[in-house]
Parts: sequence; structure tokens; C-alpha cells
Amino acid sequence: MAGKTLYDKLWDSHLVKQRDDGTALIYIDRQLIHEVTSPQAFEGLRLAGRKPWRADANLATPDHNIPTTKAERSRGLEGIIDPVSRIQVKTLDANCLEFGITELDMNDIRQGIVHVVGPEQGATLPGMTIVCGDSHTSTHGALGALAHGIGTSEVEHVMATQCLIQRKMKNMLIRVDGQLNPGVTAKDIVLAIIGEIGTAGGTGYTIEFGGEAIQSLSMEGRMTVCNMAIEAGARAGLIAVDETTVNYIKGRPFAPQGEMFDRAADYWRTLVSDADAHFDRVVVLDAADIIPQVTWGTSPEMVAPVTGEVPDPDLETDSSRASNIRQALKYMGLKPRTPIRDIKLEYVFIGSCTNSRIEDLRAAAAVVKGRKVASNIELAMVVPGSGLVKQQAEAEGLDKIFIEAGLEWREPGCSMCLAMNADQLPAGKHCASTSNRNFEGRQGFGGRTHLVSPAMAAAAAIHGHFVDVRDILLEH
Amino acid sequence: MRAFTVHTGLAMPLDRANVDTDFIIPKQFLKSIKRSGFGINLFDEHRYLDKGEPDADNSKRPINHDFVLNQPRYKGASVLLARDNFGCGSSREHAPWALDDYGFRVLIAPSFADIFFNNCFKNGILPIVLDKQTVDQLFKEVEANEGYQLTVDLPAQTITKPDGSTISFEVDAFRKHCLLNGLDDIGLTLEDADAISAFESQWREKSPWYFGTPAKS
Repeated sequence: MAGKTLYDKLWDSHLVKQRDDGTALIYIDRQLIHEVTSPQAFEGLRLAGRKPWRADANLATPDHNIPTTKAERSRGLEGIIDPVSRIQVKTLDANCLEFGITELDMNDIRQGIVHVVGPEQGATLPGMTIVCGDSHTSTHGALGALAHGIGTSEVEHVMATQCLIQRKMKNMLIRVDGQLNPGVTAKDIVLAIIGEIGTAGGTGYTIEFGGEAIQSLSMEGRMTVCNMAIEAGARAGLIAVDETTVNYIKGRPFAPQGEMFDRAADYWRTLVSDADAHFDRVVVLDAADIIPQVTWGTSPEMVAPVTGEVPDPDLETDSSRASNIRQALKYMGLKPRTPIRDIKLEYVFIGSCTNSRIEDLRAAAAVVKGRKVASNIELAMVVPGSGLVKQQAEAEGLDKIFIEAGLEWREPGCSMCLAMNADQLPAGKHCASTSNRNFEGRQGFGGRTHLVSPAMAAAAAIHGHFVDVRDILLEH
Repeated sequence: MRAFTVHTGLAMPLDRANVDTDFIIPKQFLKSIKRSGFGINLFDEHRYLDKGEPDADNSKRPINHDFVLNQPRYKGASVLLARDNFGCGSSREHAPWALDDYGFRVLIAPSFADIFFNNCFKNGILPIVLDKQTVDQLFKEVEANEGYQLTVDLPAQTITKPDGSTISFEVDAFRKHCLLNGLDDIGLTLEDADAISAFESQWREKSPWYFGTPAKS
């Protein structure tokens, strides 16, 4: 009999009941909660007179609607100018209080983007099943946890039953062999993968990312890769546990301590796919071939190396693909065969659950240090992923580097990644963004998003258009 | 949940691949703490020419007459014909809520994104996967024939076209059962409360590090 994949092991260890119809009840260890997808779930519990099955399995923090300027934040809840946003954040506070759920509220130093906060607090642990009413829950798979994004009905279901009704998915392995070249990052790996398999390539699968290039990544880099598994169509991404994982968790507030930690770590080290495990699909990339990536269109699969150019729909043989390209180029205001490096920018956004952790900010700061933002850039902003990331960055003086270079240094939240708060990309403006989605209107009505790594976004801010960050790093 | 058995309705084609949930309902409408009232902002960025706001009077907004939803012949449509990877992106259940609130009961596409697909079943909407050629043919027929209606029979798992011919489709047995009976799956799961408790005690015994949170500071 073939061995088990990491996904098989996580599934088997959480299987409460296999039903005859092929569905299963899977036990959920942790639910992360934010203000946007939870109010209707709490309301459902209230209407049915139900209580959370296990309140201590839940952890909440507001992030999507949170303002990011100091002026607004210094006034607490009342600083949220939009009354509808303010009600949503207040509703989360009230619901957590009523149902006995721990919340890191907007004035708590530990508040931040839910997918940054979970691992940072040690609330995300290897071997767990984790859900959140947010598709980027796949992020937590970087720690060897089975983590799914779910809808609000399922948020309520997990609150009430501690279980999720699931059908087992297929196993896919994406192996990235060899070592990355300098200046090429986790973000470039995952964009290259999406470019290769497409945004529906992972539909129906759990993707395990492996190979030397993945194993060499830091925990934060691994989170960036798993974060965008959903952009490849997979609800869950996974990376095997190793010493990098175990060391990352040690000492975090929600993690086990002392002898309990050692016992847990012994178990966590078993959370790897067996050598003879069967994968339904295997995709192999060579890390050395990956060049810094830039999206040119309105889907993350519309991506090219910075050395490349915007495609020409007339050269596309598949007619529906050609029409997708035309639609995207029209929205983006780009001509076929424009070199990526000639795309001019007006906005730069460094932040989001993909790239707002301390290493992301260090990488961006290293590029802008001692330089100035180009005159055609109307706004370049850096939004740390949590209050603790912000504190750490300030302790290292990164805030000063950004401010001196002409970037704005903001308070933590989701910000312009999805633009539910006041941070919006105006119509027609091109933005180099470290976020995860370049859909039409995603960062603001009519806004034009280009997804890149933090170092690439920083380099673009300095030059006012895309440049190959590898050239800049050579100059340094 | 509203039960779904047999539905007959006007079909509307949305000829675009990778329609994401931001396209279905833009983020500014997600600030609502209710589950209803999203229909008027379904496909907002394409349906109107200006930027929508949650408190705007939508009747005064400029309409994009080129967008399929605004074409008089598709008024009252309840069967949406779509392309590959429909519903990709964000997990927002506001997307099926908006489709449902507008009046769509059935979605037909060659493929759907996983989370969205799942969310539809929780809201009494039936998403149907058909092969690409069949969907292509339906697009042609819908566009060529005004008033093109389809009858979707969930018990029989068939779609009947205006000419009387039928197409059969697959649906997960558990989801079919829930849809047909309008079942609340929390209630169903709680019938297994003993099994959940039993699992939980052995799991707590084996992996105590997943239980309990630090004292609130």
C-alpha cells in the first residue's frame, strides 16, 4: 500500500465520521474570525438559540474595514469615518463579547490581518485544521496545517458544531527544484506557478508545495506561497513541517510551552508526505528559471517575467483565450507587446496577507534606502500586517527609511488589497501591488493592479515604472 | 433553507471566463451585516456606469445598456449560463446571496471555483457543471432565441430545453438531499453530536496542545 501524503495524514487525524454518500465530518481545531464574513453567522446562532461548540477554538480580529492613517486610528472606533464600516467593526466586538470569543480588537497592539496574526500569535499550529471566512486562509498551510477558506454559512456551522462537512480533495504536488536566483522571492515562485497551471489549475485539489526551493524559504516566504494557493484554484496549500517550522513556533503566546512543546514538536515532525505517497498530479518547476514576475492583466494567471512583454491577442490561437486577453488589455489600458518595463505607474501598495510581514518590509526597505520615490508616483504606501510587525519594523528603523524615501507608513490592516476601507486605487491608475488579486475593481473602481513581490514594488516606486530588481541589487 | 425541486426560468448568458466574486458583488457592499438586499448590486461594476455605494439610490444611477443583465430580453432571468471557473477569488457568501436576491436559482458552467460552488448549495441555488461543448451549444441557443427557457428538474437530474430535448447532469447525493428538502445542515450535523464529542475527547487526550487559549491580557 502506498504511503500517505501530508494532506492524507491531516485528513485522517481529523475524520469524525465518514458518511456513506462520500461526505465526511472533519473536526476543526481553530476558527479565525474577522468582521466582514462573521456577522450573519453570529446572527444565525442567535436566531437558532445556539452557542459556540467550543469558544476557545475561535480567535477574532478586525482587519478589512480598519483605517490605516494615524489620525483615524488615534480616535479608536469613532475614527472609522464610514458609518457602515464602523457598525461592522462594532458588531464584531459585541458578538465576541456575547459569545465569549477572544478578540484582538482594533486598539490592541496584536491586531492585524487575520492571516498575519494567526501564525504570529502561535494560534496557527502544525497538524491543526483551520478555517476562516476568507479565501486566503490557505496561508496557514505553510505551517503544515490543513487550512480552508469557507463561506459564512460554514462559519456558522463550525461555530455550532466544531466540524466542517467536506469531501476529500485530490492530492497535487508542486515541486520547485534547485535554488532561486538573488532578487527572486517566494512571491515570484507562486506567481510563476499560477502562470504555469492557471487560476483553475488547482480546483478540486489540495496542493502541497515541496522541493529544495520551497524548503529553503523562511516561514514567512512559505506563507506567501500558500497564501496564493487559492489563486491557483486550490482551497488549501500545504508545506511539510521541518525545523524551520518548529523553530518559528517556539515561544509564541498561543503555542504550547516547555515539556508540552517538545511533545507537540515530536508529533509535528511526522507531518510530512511519505516517500512513497501517491499524488494525483505532480508539477515540477526549476527555481533557476524563475525571473521576477509582474501581472499585466485582470487574473493572477495573466503574468509575465519582468523581462517580458504584454501578450498579443492576435497571436493567440485559442479564441476564448484571445478574447480574455483583449478584455483584460482594454481594462488595463495596455497595448499588445508593451515591454513590462515600460508600464508606467502612479501608485505603489506594499502590504496585504500575502506580503506585509517583517521580512517583506525589510526587503522593500533595502531597495528604497537612500533613494527617492519617482515624481510620477502619486502615492506609495506601506501597510504592515499587524501591530507587532509595525512595532518590529519601527524598532529596526524601517519606518524612517520608507518615510525618507517618500513612502507613507501606515497602521495595520487589509487596506488597499481589497479597498474596503478608505484606501482605494483611483480609476485608470496603475498600481504595483504586493497583494494577491488583480481582478477588475479589486483595489478600487477602475483601478489597474499589477501584482509583484515587495522588492519589485519598492524598485518600481523608485523608478516610476517596472524595473528588474535584480539589476538594482547588483548596483548596491 | 429554501428547498429546490423543479425550476423553469429564462436563461441569461454571461459570456466571460473567470468571473470572480468581486465581479459578482464588489467589496463596498460587504459592509452590510445582513444577508439580504444584495440583488440590486449584483454585477454592480458592469451593470452601472458609475461607482456604487451601499447607501446610493440605485434607481438614479446611469445604466450600462450594453451589459447583458440590462438587456430587456433577459429581464426576469433566473438561470445563469456562465463560462469556466465561475465564482473564483474571495470566499464571500455575499456572491450567492446577491445572485439569489436578484432571482437566479440555477447556474450552469463548465467549471466553478470550489468555495463558491459550495456556498451556492447553502443558499438553495443549484450550480450545474456541464461539459464545454454542451455549454457552448446552450450559449448559441440562448443568444439565438429570445425567451429561451430551461426547466431544471433536480430529482430527475435533467435540464429540458425548449425543443423538449434533455441534458442530464451530476450532483453530489448529500447536496441533492439537502437541496430537495431545504435542510439546515447544522441541524443534521448536530445529530452526530455524540460522535463529535467522542472524537474531541480522544483528540484532546492525544494532542492537548490544540486546546485552550492563553489568559486574555
